[in-house]
Amino acid sequence: MKSVEQIKAAIEAAVPGAGVEFVPNPGPAAEHSLRLAPESAVAVATFLRDDADLAFDFLSNVTGVDWPDKEIAEKVQVTHQVTKTVDGPQGKVDQQVEETVEETRKHVEPGCLEAVYHLYSIAKKHGPLVVRMKTANRTDQVELPSLTPVWRSAEFQEREIFDLYGIVFRGHPDLRRLLMWEGFKDHPMRKDYVEPDDFEYEPTAHDQVLKRAHEHKSREQGSGVRDQGTAGA
Amino acid sequence: MTIAETKSERLEGWNRPPVIAPDGEGELLEVAMGPHHPSTHGVFRMDLALDGERVIRLKPVFGYLHRNHEKIAEQASYLASMPYTDRLDYICSLTNNWAYALAVEKLAAQAVPERAQYIRVILAELTRIQNHASSIGFLIQEMGASGTPLMYAFKEREKILDLFESLTGSRMMCNYMRFGGCRVDTSAAWLDAARKVVAGLPAFVDEFEALLSSNEILMARCQGVGILKPDLAVNAGVSGPMLRGSGVNYDIRKVDRYGIYDRFKFRVPLGDHGDVYDRYMMRILEMRESIRILEQALKEIPAGPIMDPKAKIRGFRPKPGEAYGRIEAPKGELGFYLISDGGPNPYRYRVRPPSLINLTVLEDMCLGQNVADVVLIFGSVDIVLGEVDR
Repeated sequence: MKSVEQIKAAIEAAVPGAGVEFVPNPGPAAEHSLRLAPESAVAVATFLRDDADLAFDFLSNVTGVDWPDKEIAEKVQVTHQVTKTVDGPQGKVDQQVEETVEETRKHVEPGCLEAVYHLYSIAKKHGPLVVRMKTANRTDQVELPSLTPVWRSAEFQEREIFDLYGIVFRGHPDLRRLLMWEGFKDHPMRKDYVEPDDFEYEPTAHDQVLKRAHEHKSREQGSGVRDQGTAGA
Repeated sequence: MTIAETKSERLEGWNRPPVIAPDGEGELLEVAMGPHHPSTHGVFRMDLALDGERVIRLKPVFGYLHRNHEKIAEQASYLASMPYTDRLDYICSLTNNWAYALAVEKLAAQAVPERAQYIRVILAELTRIQNHASSIGFLIQEMGASGTPLMYAFKEREKILDLFESLTGSRMMCNYMRFGGCRVDTSAAWLDAARKVVAGLPAFVDEFEALLSSNEILMARCQGVGILKPDLAVNAGVSGPMLRGSGVNYDIRKVDRYGIYDRFKFRVPLGDHGDVYDRYMMRILEMRESIRILEQALKEIPAGPIMDPKAKIRGFRPKPGEAYGRIEAPKGELGFYLISDGGPNPYRYRVRPPSLINLTVLEDMCLGQNVADVVLIFGSVDIVLGEVDR
């Protein structure tokens, strides 16, 4: 098989403006991957499938990865102009002094959701090629193009990602939840998912569960709305 | 028809299920087959629309056995997920162990000693034989032959499970493999017992085939039913005996040569028509090839350690990176995708379940067929719900 860099060059030659990015894998497995731009992903995927040399006809695995917003703390040397009162020959004098202080600055690196595809070729018996796409953020811009029209094996797997991660696949023929029930609201595989506190809707003999159920009921008194879905209700 | 030939004739949407029009007489009958239908191998539902006996629409419904295995594994250490992989495809816990161990070994660049590799091959091929035997048994059971072929299969399966039990302590939930080797060594007595079981297997397959393969009812019910075209099978990610039943030569044991499969002589059986009968025949023939592998492995197994001395049991933290490891499990390609962030837990842990992905084409195979054949076609896919829903 061609190396990932060669495949990147082949894609760029065939699909103008593909915007493919090389993503190195630092681990010992060294399965480097290519990040596709969502706009050209379907064209690139079709090329990868139909090109006679590459012939990635078998999409083995599709999965999502959640990268939450990361707060990064950096220590920065900052120089301030400080006015100090100094004892001079004519009594006290104000003087401008430069002072260097170490400050901790925090900034939030926005997170994203990622879809990862593992491609193999049955015709040429090579692989894997890892391609990935990422969403703009984790909240409102979570659309990615669906690769189901190119590889049918993505059908259930993309539904699973939609269900568990909340990536919306544009162009998917039948995008519904796969494993959770209809009406379920959250996406359980996200890193910041909070389990509902009333899994046991009917209070049971367990003291802990009973206590949690009481707390839950008193919190939602009067609203008549439950957090999660309608199962059991 | 090869894959290359059909490519030029492809039209848009060629890999979607065909649209079957009702004949216009009478009304459509909507049937929810499952989740407690005896033929669904567990809790699985198919929403069918029937025009008389003909299937017009089929939508599989998943999730009845969902417990978010992946989330649980991401909250536990690498080793703590090993017993949990037993519960994915609970018929073949040892191949699940191997797939997970293989992925972690790839992630951490961990070597496996020779003897452990042989033990893994022996256990995986025994697992394949008992899985194929019982899956054929279930298929024939669903055809209406209540019990008899299934009991023939279970009789043999019991001998193999006894071997598993005496080695690992458990018949089905084996929890046997470790990153860099295996948990306990095989004794000489166990190897002798295994040789004895393997020596009896060809006679079992012969007997099984004499009972079934040329049976008129089986041929009438299975041949030409549930045809899966090779180009759709490839495009839909179908793997394992189902893919080879459609005539696509792809066996991960031959392609990836993981473990030590390059040392053994075995053939990859291929089907011609891609119908239920071919998938049945694949399993029979694969059992015969597995017996060949077992005979070679049990003859050649060397002495030596079963754990790599450099393997880390405690404080196992792979370097940041990711890896995808896959094996040819009895049901198809079982893969594990792991991302490590350097911590003791996997950052991302993904199971590529062959059972779920093989069901992608269930609708394509069933449309236009009789409702009684849906049971057969579904049975020929060979799934375990623990792996479908995870």
